[in-house]
Amino acid sequence: MGLITSLKARFKSMFRWFFKKDKMRIGIYGPPNAGKTTLANRILRDWTGDVIGSESEIPHETRRAKLREGVRIEVDGKTLTIDIIDTPGIATKIDFHDFLKYGMSEEEAKRRAKEATEGVIEAIKWLDDLDGILLVMDSAEDPYTQVNVTIVGNIEARGLPLLIVANKIDLPNASPARIKAAFPQHAVVPISALKGLNIDTLYRTMAERFG
Amino acid sequence: MEGVQLNLISKEKLERMSSMEKLRMILDSVKEGKIVVLESGLSPEEETKLIELTMLEIDHDNFVGIEVESYPPKESFFSKLFGKKSGRLTLIGPANRVKMLSKQKDIITAMVQLGDR
Repeated sequence: MGLITSLKARFKSMFRWFFKKDKMRIGIYGPPNAGKTTLANRILRDWTGDVIGSESEIPHETRRAKLREGVRIEVDGKTLTIDIIDTPGIATKIDFHDFLKYGMSEEEAKRRAKEATEGVIEAIKWLDDLDGILLVMDSAEDPYTQVNVTIVGNIEARGLPLLIVANKIDLPNASPARIKAAFPQHAVVPISALKGLNIDTLYRTMAERFG
Repeated sequence: MEGVQLNLISKEKLERMSSMEKLRMILDSVKEGKIVVLESGLSPEEETKLIELTMLEIDHDNFVGIEVESYPPKESFFSKLFGKKSGRLTLIGPANRVKMLSKQKDIITAMVQLGDR
């Protein structure tokens, strides 16, 4: 991030501090199958006792953004109240043939693909109404994809607080260090949303960044 | 001669075009099965808009999206000062024809297929 952008971001964060909202709107972003809904469910299970959506190994399971308001997170005596928006995965291509291998009919696969394209647009539109972003990446995959780069570049241009979540550290080939090396200018928290690994560090960092 | 058409667009040409002109030119070319190489890439805002427009134009039969690949942005004195990183060489093609094989700091290896995948 450039000096002036960084000063602008700092000014914005000071502005936010002075005119602090009662709650922050935090969007959970990332490519398909990074574990966005698993993370949203983990946060909600830990702090409200329920879930936001269904998790699946089939890409584009979340095709509509889902909002949960007023989630209170308490860490080290500090309280953070947030609205969570679980967004559909952002992609540059959606081919219905990819869904056929999961046993779907052609009609079902085409419908899923159509809804997925609408979901990507909805996820991008939500960027206009957020106060912070949790960007979820799969630690077992190459982080330097065009989608990740585009999301990070866009969030930087908007001056929104960003926290990168290196998810799936429970997988044998996970390498959160690769994500840190690809995006050295941003805070990266390695977790497993599925197993709950290092989740307390994530809450602590969220309270610091978004509180 | 059977093959894939490559359109290489210079930095000067890109600088003369508005964002919408660039995006329209890219999408129209890619939908015709061509590969577009931009000498100076797109801004993050333009890339996001390109994704949005692509999603609107996917028809699930002939056009299933795009493959975009570019080098990591370079940090210069001005980018450090103003935060605006200059875009670098970017390749955009139809997703059913272009497949990225590997990407390193200064080398992108991609495969272009003559027929649809």
